[in-house]
Amino acid sequence: MSEQGKEHAEHTSHHPTYGTYIMVWIGLVALTSITVTVAGIKLGSLTLITALTIATIKTLMVTYYFMHVKFDNRVIKIFILVCLIIFLILWILTFSDLSFR
Amino acid sequence: MSDHEIAAVQEHSGHVVHRDDEGSKMGMWLFLFTELLLFGGLFLLYGGYRFEYSEGFKAAAADMNVFIGMINTVILLTSSLAVALSIAALQENKKTLSMGLLWFTQVCGLAFLVNKYFEWSHEIHNGIYPGGPALENMSNGEVIYFGLYYTMTGLHGLHVIVGMIFIGFVMVFIQRDKITSTNYQKLENAGLYWHLVDIIWIFLFPLFYLLH
Amino acid sequence: MSHTLAHNEVSFLEYQGKHKGIWGWLLTLDHKRIGIMYLVAILLFFFVAMTLGILMRLEMLTPGETIMKPQTYNSIFTLHGVIMVFLFIIPAIPAVFGNFILPIQIGAKDVIFPRLNLFSWYLYIIGGILAIISLFTGGGAADTGWTFYVPYSIRSAQNVSMATFAAFVLGFSSILTGINFIATIHRLRAPGMTWFRLPLFIWGLYATSWIQVLATPIIGITLALIILERMLGIGVFDPALGGDPLLYQHLFWIYSHPAVYIMILPAMGVVSEILPTFARKDVFGYKQIAISSLGIALIGYLVWGHHMFASGMSNTSRVVFSLLTFLVAIPTGVKIFNWVATLYKGSIKFSAPLYYVLAFIFIFSVGGLTGLVLGALATDVHVTDTYFVVAHFHYVMFGGMGIMFFATCHYWFPKVFGKMYNEKLAVIACTVIIIGFNILYFPMFIMGYMGMPRRYYDYLPEFQGWHVLSTVGSWILVSGIMFMFGNLFYALFKGTKAATNPWGGTTLEWRVPSPPPLENFDEIPVVTGGPYVHDKPTYIMHPSRELQHQNGGGKISQEVKSH
Repeated sequence: MSEQGKEHAEHTSHHPTYGTYIMVWIGLVALTSITVTVAGIKLGSLTLITALTIATIKTLMVTYYFMHVKFDNRVIKIFILVCLIIFLILWILTFSDLSFR
Repeated sequence: MSDHEIAAVQEHSGHVVHRDDEGSKMGMWLFLFTELLLFGGLFLLYGGYRFEYSEGFKAAAADMNVFIGMINTVILLTSSLAVALSIAALQENKKTLSMGLLWFTQVCGLAFLVNKYFEWSHEIHNGIYPGGPALENMSNGEVIYFGLYYTMTGLHGLHVIVGMIFIGFVMVFIQRDKITSTNYQKLENAGLYWHLVDIIWIFLFPLFYLLH
Repeated sequence: MSHTLAHNEVSFLEYQGKHKGIWGWLLTLDHKRIGIMYLVAILLFFFVAMTLGILMRLEMLTPGETIMKPQTYNSIFTLHGVIMVFLFIIPAIPAVFGNFILPIQIGAKDVIFPRLNLFSWYLYIIGGILAIISLFTGGGAADTGWTFYVPYSIRSAQNVSMATFAAFVLGFSSILTGINFIATIHRLRAPGMTWFRLPLFIWGLYATSWIQVLATPIIGITLALIILERMLGIGVFDPALGGDPLLYQHLFWIYSHPAVYIMILPAMGVVSEILPTFARKDVFGYKQIAISSLGIALIGYLVWGHHMFASGMSNTSRVVFSLLTFLVAIPTGVKIFNWVATLYKGSIKFSAPLYYVLAFIFIFSVGGLTGLVLGALATDVHVTDTYFVVAHFHYVMFGGMGIMFFATCHYWFPKVFGKMYNEKLAVIACTVIIIGFNILYFPMFIMGYMGMPRRYYDYLPEFQGWHVLSTVGSWILVSGIMFMFGNLFYALFKGTKAATNPWGGTTLEWRVPSPPPLENFDEIPVVTGGPYVHDKPTYIMHPSRELQHQNGGGKISQEVKSH
């Protein structure tokens, strides 16, 4: 129960300031323009990888700051990790079929 | 057991309905996982078919208007910023600012949908839709690309609409002071949903527009 | 406090809230009433699907046409599968007894989102009604099998769209229940109820809920795509347009294999409840059983490809999935050995629920071991799509989950309804069920091994002896089931009043009256020990009174904290 009390205290106090949010947004827009620019260059198979890497970074920024995961307790973080691991497993095992067919 | 703990036990067993923001947030996150995996199934299909028909996918994506896609990306990112700011504003008890930012979010959502509408109607006008005349001359890869394009952006568009309705309800609650600077979990949950919609678009954009 | 006690003397069945009569049920937010509403609906669908099953067996009594046309037979086995899987097996234990028992066992007054709980019941009902409407509208009942495999499901002239939509809605209901349970278990445990003091039923439900949340959306989107494919022809599953039917099978089994564990994990949880109660001793290997539930849930995600060994998947994938499939045997074995060890040196009291559990251990082991035959690549190719598969999954699903559902109905009957059933008749019914079950399904192993294909309307005369035996088994089984429910139904009205703890159970639900009052507890209890301790009480039911008596109760507070 003491744990619960602590969570409540965390919950109300430190959320990022307006400035942090705006900085994150600038970063997101910058990454968007980078991904569009890079896609224009003929990189072959690297195009997909760079696009997905940038999308992942953007996602991390959105979840971490906009969705406040940075300030969430450990349970939520573990939940997200479990969900991602399961999702990753689905990809790996499906492609164990598709890429060797 | 300390006095404090006994008090807590008594409070816990009392008949007063006890608000659990953390539990409410947990429920919302669990729901977001189901949304993620709903789209996850489609992303997996996309991955499989892109692997199988990489040339057809590239040919089909050449028709896409990267500029509109990019504008829509920026619109959604900006709306996400507005939602995040509106939570911060409400926490500081600035109700008007918070409401203004949420109105701005609604406008962004609407702008996104209007863009999407023009994009879709342009393609449908050119005969590119499931069973459409233009698709008959296309390769399998291109047909599947457009099948997935309509399904995924359509489902995403549906989520934008749901997100706007969700935020609309939250706005009514803020107006009636049901959501306040000390009781804002509903707003935060609506925000979480809206950000998820944003994240899905963050992936849809490069996967459907940026294939060269 | 006296006010609270007076309020709690009325059981949830008699309590009059804001709404009266039937509305007191249909608009209730009480987890116990919602559980009973699920029970009523689920039993209704169970009887429908059971009737379809008997009709199928009757048709197989003789080669060629016995009582129906081939098209009817195709629709009947589809419906039998769809209704049994989506409307009975998946929701039965979690939605009925999970809803009823979970909050009480963790020491809470209700689930964390009661409105969502009721909403999820309504979704279940809507899904069920849609499934029934699909029988009589469009081209008639779907004839694809419960797996809805493409391309046939997008070409079939029958009403596949509505049947898949029904399954979609039911999936949504299942997801919401899962979300509710996870958040409830995380947030509403009573003080001192640490993770390793949770009853094992809760661990089973927790693992189940995660699968519900993380697997069901995949089937949702897959079924939605079938509907889109049928309406618009988007091409993703249509081979004529370049779609890959194998990707459909992947997506389908990504959900449907973990779903097998949605079915069995809660049943295994109940086994772990019943055994310590009737063996009068602490469960053997508590932590191992708890963790193995999570283990089964995780491994459940790694093995779906074993449903596709004969479908044209890559050889690499076949080997990988075959290997991974054998991993499931480990946590399952852990459970089985721990259960048997729990009985060792216990002072066993034989009673109907325990008979069902013992039957479960035997039947489920047969089902599990024949599962290894199917998981091994080479033997699977021989018996795939034969009656061997049918026998295997009826042994694990019906023999596992179905038998445990019956056990659960007996074990918690006194708690839920406050009445005792006739023990002797219950044991006779159990015996008839077990005998009928084995006569019905065991010949299918033999027929399958001999090459009798599943889902066929007709068969060669050489199989008739086995088919007749199997059909006779179905009659015995059904008589047993009717007898069992008849006994319980009679007890509902004429049974003697049940005590608070008729079995000598140790978990929290046996500390509240039978049937429990509206909010379960006058006061949230404090937990001081594990769930299956028989020799000393591990719950303080009225902490505000009892702890003040003890002048601060420092000792208990330490015990609460020490775990």
